[in-house]
Amino acid sequence: MRSKLACAVLMAPFFLLLTAVFLVPVGTAVWLSFFGADQPGLGFGPERTVFVGLRSYVAVLSDPTFLNSMLTVVLYCLIYIPLMVVGALTLALLLDSGVAKLRSWAQMGLYLPHAVPGIIAALIWLYLYTPGISPIIDLFAKADIRINFLGVDTVLPSIVNIALWSNLGYNMVIFYAALQAVPREVLEAAVVDGAGPVKQAVRIKAPLVRAAIVTVTMFTLIWALQLFTEPVLLNQSSPMISARFSPSMYIYDAAFTRNNYGLAAAASVILLAFTIALSYGVTRWTNRRAAR
Amino acid sequence: MTLLGRTTVNLVVGISVLYTLLPVLWLLLAATKNVDALFQSDLLSLGDFSFTDNVKNLFAMDKGLYSRWYLNSVLYAVVGAAASAFISVACGYAFDKYSFRHKEKLFGLVLAAVMVPQTVLALPLYLMASEAGLVNTFWAVFIPVLFNPFGVYLGRIFSQGYVPDEVLEAARIDGAGDLATYFRVALRMLGPGVVTVFLFQLTAIWNNFFLPMVMLSDQKLYPVSLGLYQWNSAASVSPEYYPVVITGSLLAVLPLILAFQLLQRFWRAGLTAGAVK
Repeated sequence: MRSKLACAVLMAPFFLLLTAVFLVPVGTAVWLSFFGADQPGLGFGPERTVFVGLRSYVAVLSDPTFLNSMLTVVLYCLIYIPLMVVGALTLALLLDSGVAKLRSWAQMGLYLPHAVPGIIAALIWLYLYTPGISPIIDLFAKADIRINFLGVDTVLPSIVNIALWSNLGYNMVIFYAALQAVPREVLEAAVVDGAGPVKQAVRIKAPLVRAAIVTVTMFTLIWALQLFTEPVLLNQSSPMISARFSPSMYIYDAAFTRNNYGLAAAASVILLAFTIALSYGVTRWTNRRAAR
Repeated sequence: MTLLGRTTVNLVVGISVLYTLLPVLWLLLAATKNVDALFQSDLLSLGDFSFTDNVKNLFAMDKGLYSRWYLNSVLYAVVGAAASAFISVACGYAFDKYSFRHKEKLFGLVLAAVMVPQTVLALPLYLMASEAGLVNTFWAVFIPVLFNPFGVYLGRIFSQGYVPDEVLEAARIDGAGDLATYFRVALRMLGPGVVTVFLFQLTAIWNNFFLPMVMLSDQKLYPVSLGLYQWNSAASVSPEYYPVVITGSLLAVLPLILAFQLLQRFWRAGLTAGAVK
């Protein structure tokens, strides 16, 4: 292929978008985080934008509601990610074992929630968590168990459940596809060596789809750190979820409720740095394990 | 495998399928109930069948806003995903077939963009749109969703897999220009890849909630997701909104399920390409 011009034409639309909706906004966020509105005198006169250095960062990092939101999202990741990866991988291994019946029906059923938009998944589960509407709560009540899904200790697991429900099947399909790509000779050798089906799944198949596990973990992590839709919806019904429940909600609240752009920008940059650091950590950790 | 093992496997898979299906079934049944029956949570009683009433109410509520939202969602999602798929796949193809300086560094930048949370970009995007006078317009939601770096990554993989260099060389010898070759020959071979990227982006845009929430204040521009969110907040005060929100949710789920059913073989191929590398 020769023509440089053709290459440029094919790439131009995407890179135009990359600049307009990615590079410039990231730059703007960083820039905004170092500037703030300064009210001259006694609050009279026009507002001026002045360089405030790290003031916004200090304000964010010393704000207990922000630290709480970070803690919440870390806790959420610690519950959600292992459950998701282990759950999806287990289901894929079971379906791949050749014993499961009605395999393609099971796959379709498991995948279905992924076609349900996040806000609607949250709506469905909100109703299933709401006393009076929920058949689940009624069922528990018949067994004399009173359960409040939106209480102080249960609200985070309830959110994890919504996310798990939405994405389990999607990740299962990725793992299943990767398992199908494992050469059958490798597996046959393992059977000859006398490995039982469980040992075969855990010791041989799972390590062979390591690349898929890393990919799924990374995407799940990036997605989980953005936690917004589910808590925002539950916020309408549960006093346990504040307007600054997760870092993304904190950013939204700072920017559009309090109109403090410097604070919102600093929180955005911190969330971005945190995401990049964690993703980098996951890659490094898995690479080192692979080297062993 | 032992009988016990077989039973356990099928039991675990069966319970998992029930876990994923029952909430959707609940939505289906709840959409046939009026407010009173809904609050008695007597889902299986056949005495009350208000589905047609619910649909009528849904489209009549607030002067027919729902059909407006639905149309908006279709427009944002179908047109946006189609444009986005062509833009991303073209770029991925160029990354595969051309060589130029700093190519891999540039590709690294594309991959880095996949990692950046949407919520980080929302405030600066809002301020930029506000500067350009685009806040609270169709374009404020439509333009950012065209950006799909993961689509470029998939496009490059599909291009490697589906478009042999010999075919391009043959076209060149025939005297076809590079762009003509792309549009007449390569794009046809990339068809399944374009469909996969389209489907992923269709889902993403149909799901889009944060960006419209930030950008739009005019209810008439809302997509379904944001509209239902708003109606749900109204439901805590006036319960007649509950059946409307539930029925509206059900109708909003259908197009994606349909799209996934019809285009199954494409997205399966796409998922494999993304995961196995």
